[in-house]
Amino acid sequence: MAARIAVLAEAKDGAVRKIALEMLAEARRLAGVSGGEVDAIVLGSVPAEESTRLAQHGADRILQVEGDFLEPYATEASAEAVRVAVEHGKPETLLIGATAHGKDLAPKVAARLRVGLASDCVGFDDEAGELTARRPIFAGKAFGRVTWNEKRPRIATVRPNTFAPLDPDASRRAETERLALGNVSVRARVTGFEKSEGEMLDLTEANIIVSGGRAMQGPDNFELLRKLCKVLGATLGASRAAVDAGWIDHSHQVGQTGKVVNPTLYFAIGISGAIQHLAGMSSSRTVVAINKDRDAPIFKIATYGIVGDLYEIVPILTEELQKVLKE
Amino acid sequence: MNLLVFVKQVPDTETRIQLKGGQIDTSSVKWVANPYDEFAIEEALRIRERLGQGKVTVLSLGPDRVKEAIKYALSLGADEGVHLRGDGLALSDPLTVATVLAAAARKAGFDLILTGKQGVDHDWSQVGIMLAELLDLPHVSVVVHLEVDPTAKKGKAKREVEGGAETVEFELPAVITAQKGLNEPRYASLKGIMAVKKKVIPEWSPADLGLDASTLTEGAASIRFVDFSLPPARATGKVLEGDPREASRELVRLLREEAKVI
Repeated sequence: MAARIAVLAEAKDGAVRKIALEMLAEARRLAGVSGGEVDAIVLGSVPAEESTRLAQHGADRILQVEGDFLEPYATEASAEAVRVAVEHGKPETLLIGATAHGKDLAPKVAARLRVGLASDCVGFDDEAGELTARRPIFAGKAFGRVTWNEKRPRIATVRPNTFAPLDPDASRRAETERLALGNVSVRARVTGFEKSEGEMLDLTEANIIVSGGRAMQGPDNFELLRKLCKVLGATLGASRAAVDAGWIDHSHQVGQTGKVVNPTLYFAIGISGAIQHLAGMSSSRTVVAINKDRDAPIFKIATYGIVGDLYEIVPILTEELQKVLKE
Repeated sequence: MNLLVFVKQVPDTETRIQLKGGQIDTSSVKWVANPYDEFAIEEALRIRERLGQGKVTVLSLGPDRVKEAIKYALSLGADEGVHLRGDGLALSDPLTVATVLAAAARKAGFDLILTGKQGVDHDWSQVGIMLAELLDLPHVSVVVHLEVDPTAKKGKAKREVEGGAETVEFELPAVITAQKGLNEPRYASLKGIMAVKKKVIPEWSPADLGLDASTLTEGAASIRFVDFSLPPARATGKVLEGDPREASRELVRLLREEAKVI
């Protein structure tokens, strides 16, 4: 049976987020297996060029739901809007980005429709219509393959940076169908936003992460790592030890009670590599460890390691990187 | 004010996960209260203390061992605990779990429900939000700051999002899912530990909650695990020692030419 797959195209400041394009690529691949079609669901209004972008990246049709309380984000309104789009489009599968809003929205939609939700998926496999999803559990210490019951749609949230967007195809077109969101009661709404320090990308979206641990000894020494971050365009992370000591805000924590990250390059500086930290970062492509202790567990999983005093090495490394990256 | 806290019992975060017969081997696991649920318990206790009134009830769904998680919450100062019996239920299915918790919440009565943003075992991050939907309540997830005003039936929360924190204003009753940073959980006092011994923890079965257990079994689950695997072992890397300048230069070269990541 030809499967219809829908992708919720989350927008931020009028632009479709990259995760939407990543999911469109995977949706196209899955649709290709069964000869199906791909819908992009848009909540609220986005500029016309964004609809074009969705089409060029793989959407066959755009379902645009318009109504009150869709911007700024309110879970209750967005959940109902997705329900309206699902009722209209009748997808077999619905993909939602595992972003802050996506993770807040997807369980509400799944419970409303009484269907199963696989969260934080990193891979899909379609064998003759039997879809399974692969997802990390125990913060990545293990993986589980999950499958849904017969109810549709199957819903999955997809971890950012898992799939590569398709190259845009300028010849692709998609018609837009406008749907109206009825009256919804909104009992929780966003009334403000506070930006966190710096201009850094969030840990879950970062390509490069520089993390500090217990050996940072206090909040002031994180300045060294901030400098390295600046040179690399990296996001600052930390181990639980550093967070629990109060040296840095918990939003920087990488590990089982913090963020699970998958950057291309991860620096573990003065981090011994407790099992709960390794769980959160061991899917990073390249891991660099800098540690005094040659026997620290972090060296067992590091692609490259330097044994030595971080206070000596980090400034020199920052300087050397700066030289090379300036070229 | 009736405060309900849902607590899950999970393997300690120091646990090394191993497979046995294709399943997660839990034979040598140390079971603890889910770390994110600890923030929920603490917040409920603080709300009760701030208001100078109210009742904190802690509920946990699962086999007999989850009584330990309930006792732990009682030792911290929760007023009552309830064990929700999960025999034969699809406890790996968030929608099934949320269905049982919703029925338990209705039976217990509530003004505010708190739980952790996710269990650190299956990492679904779904149950608290599904619970809110099934009870037709608003929710705020991943909360790092909370203020509630029971007289005005209103609350204000901060939740963590990419690059910052959103302020969310909501109506009570509501469901809150707790993120690390919401508070600093207390330790149990000796007095608290002694007091637990006198507490009776009632058991509620699905039937006590007016649920038909046959609709909550693995066969009826919305989602289920097919199999489990461990991540591939990482190849042994290169370790550089000696002169910091030389080692740094070599590292930069490797990152550029071998790993091609900068």
